[in-house]
Amino acid sequence: MIRPFQPVSARARVALGLSFFALFVAVWSLATFGGFVSRTFLADPLTMLADGWFLLSRQDFLFDIGMTVWRVVGGFVLAAVFAVPIGILMGAYKPVEALLEPFVSFSRYLPASAFVPLLILWAGIGETQKLLVIFIGSFFQIVLMVAGTVGATRQDLVEAAYTLGARDRGVVARVVIPSGAPDIAEILRLVLGWAWTYVIVAELIGASSGIGYMIINSQALMATGQIIFGIIVIGLIGLVTDVLFKALNHRLFAWRFA
Amino acid sequence: MSALLVSGVGRVFPGVRGGRPVTALQPTDLSVPSDDFVTILGPSGCGKSTLLRIVAGLDRPTTGTVTLDGRPVRGPGPDRGMVFQSYTLFPWLTVEDNIGFGLREKGASAAETRETIAYYVDQVGLKGFEKHWPKQLSGGMQQRTAIARALANDPKILLLDEPFGALDNQTRGLMQELLLGIWERRHKMVLFVTHDIEEAIFVGSRIVTMSARPGRIKSIIPVDLPHPRHYTLKSSPEFSALRARLTEEIRSEAIRADSEA
Repeated sequence: MIRPFQPVSARARVALGLSFFALFVAVWSLATFGGFVSRTFLADPLTMLADGWFLLSRQDFLFDIGMTVWRVVGGFVLAAVFAVPIGILMGAYKPVEALLEPFVSFSRYLPASAFVPLLILWAGIGETQKLLVIFIGSFFQIVLMVAGTVGATRQDLVEAAYTLGARDRGVVARVVIPSGAPDIAEILRLVLGWAWTYVIVAELIGASSGIGYMIINSQALMATGQIIFGIIVIGLIGLVTDVLFKALNHRLFAWRFA
Repeated sequence: MSALLVSGVGRVFPGVRGGRPVTALQPTDLSVPSDDFVTILGPSGCGKSTLLRIVAGLDRPTTGTVTLDGRPVRGPGPDRGMVFQSYTLFPWLTVEDNIGFGLREKGASAAETRETIAYYVDQVGLKGFEKHWPKQLSGGMQQRTAIARALANDPKILLLDEPFGALDNQTRGLMQELLLGIWERRHKMVLFVTHDIEEAIFVGSRIVTMSARPGRIKSIIPVDLPHPRHYTLKSSPEFSALRARLTEEIRSEAIRADSEA
């Protein structure tokens, strides 16, 4: 019997999680091997694996994966390095918020993908352009969400720090930042996921390497197996980074999970 | 020698959305000698917490001034330690780091910090819990840590805003004894806000009763019960007489406040 909010055992959790992947592959196999979907439009799982092996062994696909990972991490780290401090300042100091919040809220809705043609004009089709797409896509989101988190710092903790002799800087450094740190880490985890979307968009146009470049090339060859393999690789990388990020958060912010 | 001097302190909150301004506290005078334990007793809305927050420097008076040892209070500072009703330990710091927060802010040496933390951990009976996070502690233990954290700064005055309000009755009784024990060993100026009559009598040397709407001081009653006080004191005739008197005073206030609300 399933009852609301009843926990499941660790083994059952893993089994259930894996079974849905199995179900997904089963439906896919049925649709393709069963002849319900034309092979031209959707490769079957075995063809996908064969295509993947071909990419890895013959087409130097590992290099493409490496390039894409580098772009995501580079653009994302660049955005985070600037966005987190600005977000903290906005959240803690109301005049800074009043100055920047309207502009950042506006910029957040500018679609990063729409900047691709403009960025090609400005920065060419090199790595700078790829990094900038990811930067634009991540920066404003991080700023706003960090500002929101910092703005919601528990005021009773801030007051307690003042009565203990902390001054303004001490309050920011010893209360605002540590209390917001776990949520900021969570924000970064979320935005890193989005950065993967921007990198593929950036690689679909004007690139000569990367997972997105392989995907757009495969479209011309009608190699749906390769496209699906590329998409699955992205999914797997996302899953792994997510797990690592969560494990790191649990270690860094053990006080929250105690 | 009067150490804390509250003179003409009043607080008016501006009206919300065009409403009338609310007088939380009428201009009030109060002086607390340097080793006195004063409890402030009154129903909700009598301005007792407002008065305490003004002394702490967390709120500004509309009129009047607060001086501590002749120095006017302009904002919060380490000379006035505060224990809040809500649990305000820093959740990312262990018990010992919470207690050492103010010392680190002051720039105390590592050795002094360690010594002071150990002393207050012992005073509030938290030996063995130094490395625990606040989340792993009961409510009573959290408030004990909060008291230790405020005292570790060696403030001139300790301000407590209904610190045991969220605790169960038994724990509350034990906490009163603990706080009183600390005060009896080492006299310090204390301002303790509560709405619990028994608590106000048991820990206090003087009781300031307040009335609501508008908040003002109604009476100041000395508690002439000998120290050290044992919890059995609560069933003595002197205690009962004082409780009866205060109950009558507070009750009429509560009824009046409730009918006007």
